[in-house]
Amino acid sequence: MTKIDSKIPSGALKDKWTTHKNNINLVNPANKRLIDVIVVGTGLAGGSAAATLAELGYNVKAFAFQDSPRRAHSIAAQGGINAAKNYQGDGDSIYRLFYDTVKGGDYRSREANVYRLAEVSANIIDQCVAQGVPFARDYGGLLDNRSFGGVLVSRTFYAKGQTGQQLLLGAYSALNRQIGRGKVKMYNRHEMMDVVVVDGKARGIIARDLVTGKVERHSAHAVVIGTGGYGNVFFLSTNAMGSNGSAAWKVHKKGAYFANPCFTQIHPTCIPVAGELQAKLTLMSESLRNDGRIWVPKNLDDVKAIRAGQLKPTQIAEENRDYYLERRYPAFGNLVPRDVASRAAKERCDAGYGVNQTGQAVYLDFASAIERYGKETAHVQGLNENDQALVTKLGKEVIANKYGNLFQMYEKIVDENPYETPMMIFPAVHYTMGGIWVDYNLMTTIPGLYAIGEANFSDHGANRLGASALMQGLADGYFVLPYTIGDYLAHDIRTGPISTDHPAFAEAEKEVVERLDHLINNNGTKSVDSFHRKLGLIMWNKCGMARNREGLLEAISEIKALRDEFWKEIKVPGGRNEFNEELAKAGRVADYLELGELFAKDALLREESCGGHFREESQSEEGEAKRDDENFKYVSMWEYTGNPADAILHKEDLVYENIELKTRSYK
Amino acid sequence: MNLKLKIWRQQNSNDKGKIVDYNITGISGDMSFLEMLDVLNEDLIEKNDTPVSFDHDCREGICGMCSLQINGEPHGPDKGVTTCQLHMRSFKDGDTIYIEPFRAKAFPIIKDLVVDRSAFDRIQQSGAYVSVNTSGNTQDANSIPIPKEDADMAFDAATCIGCGACVAACKNSSAMLFTSAKVSQFALLPQGKVEAKKRVQDMVAQMDAEGFGNCSNTGACEAECPKGISLENIARMNRELISAKVAVKH
Amino acid sequence: MSKSGLFKSSIGRKFAMALSALFLMIFLLQHLVINITAIISPDTFNELSHFMGTNPLVQFLAQPILIFAVVFHFVMGMYLEVKNKAARPVSYNKFNGGANSSWMSRNMAISGLVILAFLVLHFIDFWFPEINTKYIVGDMSGMHNGEFRYYEELLHKFANPARVIAYIVAFILLALHLMHGFGSAFQSMGQNNKYIDGLKKFGVIYSVAVPLGFIIIAIVLYVTTLN
Repeated sequence: MTKIDSKIPSGALKDKWTTHKNNINLVNPANKRLIDVIVVGTGLAGGSAAATLAELGYNVKAFAFQDSPRRAHSIAAQGGINAAKNYQGDGDSIYRLFYDTVKGGDYRSREANVYRLAEVSANIIDQCVAQGVPFARDYGGLLDNRSFGGVLVSRTFYAKGQTGQQLLLGAYSALNRQIGRGKVKMYNRHEMMDVVVVDGKARGIIARDLVTGKVERHSAHAVVIGTGGYGNVFFLSTNAMGSNGSAAWKVHKKGAYFANPCFTQIHPTCIPVAGELQAKLTLMSESLRNDGRIWVPKNLDDVKAIRAGQLKPTQIAEENRDYYLERRYPAFGNLVPRDVASRAAKERCDAGYGVNQTGQAVYLDFASAIERYGKETAHVQGLNENDQALVTKLGKEVIANKYGNLFQMYEKIVDENPYETPMMIFPAVHYTMGGIWVDYNLMTTIPGLYAIGEANFSDHGANRLGASALMQGLADGYFVLPYTIGDYLAHDIRTGPISTDHPAFAEAEKEVVERLDHLINNNGTKSVDSFHRKLGLIMWNKCGMARNREGLLEAISEIKALRDEFWKEIKVPGGRNEFNEELAKAGRVADYLELGELFAKDALLREESCGGHFREESQSEEGEAKRDDENFKYVSMWEYTGNPADAILHKEDLVYENIELKTRSYK
Repeated sequence: MNLKLKIWRQQNSNDKGKIVDYNITGISGDMSFLEMLDVLNEDLIEKNDTPVSFDHDCREGICGMCSLQINGEPHGPDKGVTTCQLHMRSFKDGDTIYIEPFRAKAFPIIKDLVVDRSAFDRIQQSGAYVSVNTSGNTQDANSIPIPKEDADMAFDAATCIGCGACVAACKNSSAMLFTSAKVSQFALLPQGKVEAKKRVQDMVAQMDAEGFGNCSNTGACEAECPKGISLENIARMNRELISAKVAVKH
Repeated sequence: MSKSGLFKSSIGRKFAMALSALFLMIFLLQHLVINITAIISPDTFNELSHFMGTNPLVQFLAQPILIFAVVFHFVMGMYLEVKNKAARPVSYNKFNGGANSSWMSRNMAISGLVILAFLVLHFIDFWFPEINTKYIVGDMSGMHNGEFRYYEELLHKFANPARVIAYIVAFILLALHLMHGFGSAFQSMGQNNKYIDGLKKFGVIYSVAVPLGFIIIAIVLYVTTLN
């Protein structure tokens, strides 16, 4: 087994990043002009990285599969972005953000990375405000905060329920500025098909122009992957339809280790599945848990009556409701971390208390928040606090102001008015903490290949806290990668332009074209989506919120069989040299059919419950997750050898010098 | 429900294209419009026909990727939603539905219902930013208080998703609502004021160069905007442009 | 990039449209005020008409500006219309404009052309004969058989019911044109502030009242000729 070097700088935790920055190599401005960097993916992480690298003087080529960087799925992040600003004076600090993140991640993340993340978090807010991101403000004109799951302070900055949109548009504006200056060459509607490794270093990519179908070679001195997570391996998830794990999987196959693939976040507050032909799940922001109370009926008779349509949730008396999160976790109540909230919902639904037709939904109720806010507003305005109609009206206004777009979105999808009746929610796949393994410099095990944002594995351990994905994406892109990449590129100032005529490019291109042709010419009988749906069902049933050995073994063999069937039976209409969405989808699903197997293999290996990974074999008597630090306090890193089943395991031991490992408790 | 679809099919940008009729059955009201098209496509693939290409991605109304002129209106008959949020319960059994691409000279068709909206990107590249580098040393975010009202108005303008419905709805294919939303966001914030004069001139010049039509204040854009971007932004941009041009002449 | 003139940009052109529109709307109001006197006091009408017809400031400054404004408003309007049409070379098979905008806002070119056609008629009726009398024949007296001729000529024209109907139709179109144009002009000039709601209400009143005034005058004059 090779020695894993995560390149964590020595020294005290709080000095590591500063010391590291002071000691790494820099590239002088004149030499930066001689260096090309490819950035694949232009969401929050990729977009901010591409813009910053171009500002520094590198020549950047950026790739996005959508028609514009502004479409990246970062845009759908709703709730907010964390930063240790302590504007509320409620005891927040860099250390506390660091601590909350490590604890929230169930002690499966790297201390040094997380501390750095917390350290630069405040800079992100400053930077975004300077760019003109319109964060929510209070009447004094200062920035407002709200609180998110798993923490006891208010450190989340937000822009209504559209924080991701505003931050992405901020990064996009910075990117646009560099495109306008000619420092970034933007390739929209281009999909990365493979990374090209020349003499052991990442030196370019093979990309396909999704409009013309043309397969192209692009070279650079370094390649950055910022292509997000692989949650769509579940078919139904809150990810965008196009979100895919292919870039990550392709670099894995070229030698980058894949870390903790089984660490998936199942978000507790999504709109339940409505029908068999549903293509996509919609998230309701975690911020709703600030004011919404989650419950199911106490009595199974009430559940039956509700499902039969004989009873409305509003008719169930207070004492007949089970606010199970408040009951089980009095300290954090409805604001427990996502993994805990999701499992608790599953527990109630498995016990038969689910409130919709399929039994897969719980209530998220705003009635008491409407009442509370209504009274408060009436009091402030000197109106009659006992006028119920008035209080309700005022309360609804406050709720509309805070969550209006979310409520509207819910009503559009479900056709019920959440101001009048509780929302129905259920957990859904949302984010993948696992990803490409990177060292402290965000470099993968392929020299010159970097991974940032959700695509890497580094900061969230086994569970990500709310409002931390945006933070990590921007931290990596704006403040970490632009420094650390210089350390590597400093050795490349005399390399000169990389030629795309190298045999490695020809070979990679040939493989890509052959695979595309194979898909086109296979002439099978089954559509891409039919395979994707089947894969999703296997993943959800056997690698979802609760996993066990037996199920995982089944998943592994079922995925393998499905993959074999895919290559025999796949049917892709149209040709290769044209706009062909089915062909693009087929390539992505083919990769998921491999990734899914590694996912299950990783979950099988990890015989402990931690964060979003819950092994039924490893739980306390109360059904809480039981971690096994003795045997599993490591990052599992998988090396590709030609087949997911034969992937070789490497381990990065996690060292906790500043935090004492404890059983996570939100009681 | 059963529906008759009249869909614009066009092989590529050089093809002439035409409306093709399809019948679709067994559609439930809880399906989204795009899920209905997914069903149609699965059906077409089954029959060895070519599926209909259409743009879509997040399917929750925020990425701005989905488009479609549905029965003569961008994003269909419902107000305040994108096509992906439009549900089939807005239609009746037996309805005929026209599905066409967003049409404008500045939005050339790529295939079927997929159009090229990169003109919007170029408008933004011409000035929709604050020229601030990522240094990590920008001043503290709270050092410039911004009145809540201004921040909220800037936010409202900034919620534009760049889908192009404004252009599609406008009889003139004008991109004024889109451009003005971005101009307004920055014009309303102190951070954006420094470059405001140059920004509005450059962005309007780029907008004109892309071949969008002129605004004749019909208000169709505002009415069809899935995010409710207000016409006030257009007035603000007019004001900004006129005063910038007049000021520069001195 | 562009630091070029205001009127080279699309917004600048719309601004120019709005300015010419405002000028024309003021003119229209003034024209109405004078015409109203025709049905109240023919003598006042005659005096005012004579003043307007012979005052050098009106004749050689205001009149050319007015003609320029009309021509400019028309030419620019048509130019923009052509450009706008070109911005969508392939039209929709189905376009439901009524779902999001008013008929008059979408058809300013049509109402504008009808008004233009009316203007031609109007010029043939009044302006050409007047110019002929004054500057070709050279009779600046404004008199006919010892009396001012203006009111007589007016009555004479409105004795024809076909003309009255043509005028009424044109004024209805003018109302529609104004109904959108009034608010639109202020929007084009960037005026969208706290006064805008009041301004819009005033715009509606203006758009209805002014054409209605002209229509009433036409009808009253016609009825007068019946006696």
